This record gives sequence, structure tokens and C-alpha cells, in this order.
Amino acid sequence: MEIINLEGTEDTPKILLDKGNGIFEISGRSLPEDSAEFYQPILDWISAYGEDPNPETLFTFKLEYFNTASSKLILDVLSALEDIEGVTIDWYFHEDDEDMEEAGEEFSELVEIPFEFKTY
Amino acid sequence: MKYIYDLHKTMLSRNLILVYEGEFTQEITKSVLAMAERNMDSMGEESSVKRKVFNVMVECLQNIVKHSEDFNPLSAKRNAAIFIIGKEDDRYVVTSGNPVDAEAADSLKGRLDEINTLDKEGLKKMYKDIIKTNHLSDKGGAGLGFVDMARKSGQKLEYSFEDMGDGFKFFALTTTILRF
Repeated sequence: MEIINLEGTEDTPKILLDKGNGIFEISGRSLPEDSAEFYQPILDWISAYGEDPNPETLFTFKLEYFNTASSKLILDVLSALEDIEGVTIDWYFHEDDEDMEEAGEEFSELVEIPFEFKTY
Repeated sequence: MKYIYDLHKTMLSRNLILVYEGEFTQEITKSVLAMAERNMDSMGEESSVKRKVFNVMVECLQNIVKHSEDFNPLSAKRNAAIFIIGKEDDRYVVTSGNPVDAEAADSLKGRLDEINTLDKEGLKKMYKDIIKTNHLSDKGGAGLGFVDMARKSGQKLEYSFEDMGDGFKFFALTTTILRF
């Protein structure tokens, strides 16, 4: 399967989706002008991955900041992962960032996927 | 040239650290954010406060960018928005102002009044209800901006509508982020 490897910018997150090496990560800042357009290839990739996933998938979110339009798309990403067997989410937040911790807790209440909360 | 000194004095007396007036685009949003971030960094601001201010600024600026597209490109109102950051000893004050038509003014007022009646738990519930059920608008908005600003700031959203004539109102929105 192709690897998605996007460098982060000041308004888009770093994305690494690599089935072969079992690395699935979204990190950095997400405030693109058009969040639906930005996340569509990621949703497409996850949908294709779901056809033949690894036995276990540890998907990491390590976001510093995301805007409200991105939050809707992050929920779409989580909803797509929800349909795949063996997915776990690692939700990282900076140790003094209660808002990011709470955002993760809320997402975990909206989808049926186990979340692990970790600080950095 | 006295207006320059007057403007300078107004900015000082009102503790304004950044005023931007004109066209709003994603590129300009990024520049304004970068300036404000550097400003807060140079003042040694706490990272938790910085994050909240950044958050409110993004939602404010992207609201203006999205809604300025409602106006005809030739209309002066398209680029007639203002964005202001004020800093006092105990707070940051983020203000935006932009023209809206009378119908939008009514709907904005209704939404802001509803948000302002809610406490922390009420806002959280509203946020979750919207994110679960709403689809992105054709402008790419999630309908979550004001709720998020209220949640992150922990303060009521202050607003006013000034009559601009021709059926338009100037919508000013102020969010306060306490530093302590």
C-alpha cells in the first residue's frame, strides 16, 4: 500500500500513514483553509487500508492545535477507524494543555475505539 | 497628519497590541497569527494562555475570511473587516468586526444569546451535539466557532451590531481571555 508522508506546515499537520512499518500518525497544527479538502486523501487512504488492515493498528494523534473545522474532520477520521478491527488511539497532549486533553476525552466518548492518553 | 498621533494615542490608551484592517485571507490569517504569537512569546506569556488566545484568534479570523466571501468581489464591504488584539494586565481581548446583512445579524444574535446562557457543561453538550450531527457548510465551517470561543475563553461573548445603512450591520464580537 502507498505511504502517505506529508510534512507539517504552519497550518497543516504532519501526516504519516505507513502500513508496512505500522506507523499511523497525525501531529502538529491543523487549521487549513479547507479542512474537508485537506483530509479527504487521508479518509480515502483509511478506507482502502480498512479493506486489508494489519492485525493491530496503533493510530497516534499528537496535535498541538486544531481549529473547529478540523475537529469535525478528526471525528470523521476516527469514525472511519472505528470500522476497522484492532484499532487503538494514542492521544498525546502537552502536559499543561487541559483543552487538548479534554478534546481527546470528548472524541473518545463519540467513537467506540479504545483511547490511551499520554503527555509529552 | 494629526490623525496618526491620535491613532497612536487611541491604541496606547486602549492597550491595543495589534490592529489589522482590510482584506482577510488564509495567508493574512497566518501572518496575523505569527505576529501575535511572536508578540506573546517576547512578553514571555504562559503557554496555556497563548494557546487559548491563538485558538480564539483562529476562529475569529477564519470566520471573517469565510464570511467576507458572501460579498461581491467588487463590493467595498467584502474587505471592510477589522481585527484587534488588546492586552491588559489581567487579560487579552480579541475583537473582530465585519459587515453582515440584517438576516445574518438576527441569526448571529440568536446563536450568541443562546451560547451566553450556557455554563461549562452546557457548552460541552452543545459542542458534542453539533459535531455529531452537523455537516460542514459549503464554506467549510463546522458551526462550532462561537461555542469553541466561549469554551476556550470561559467568558461570555460580547457583541454589538451598528447600523451601516443599506440594510447592513457592522457586527463586532469580543472575546476575553483571562491571564490568571
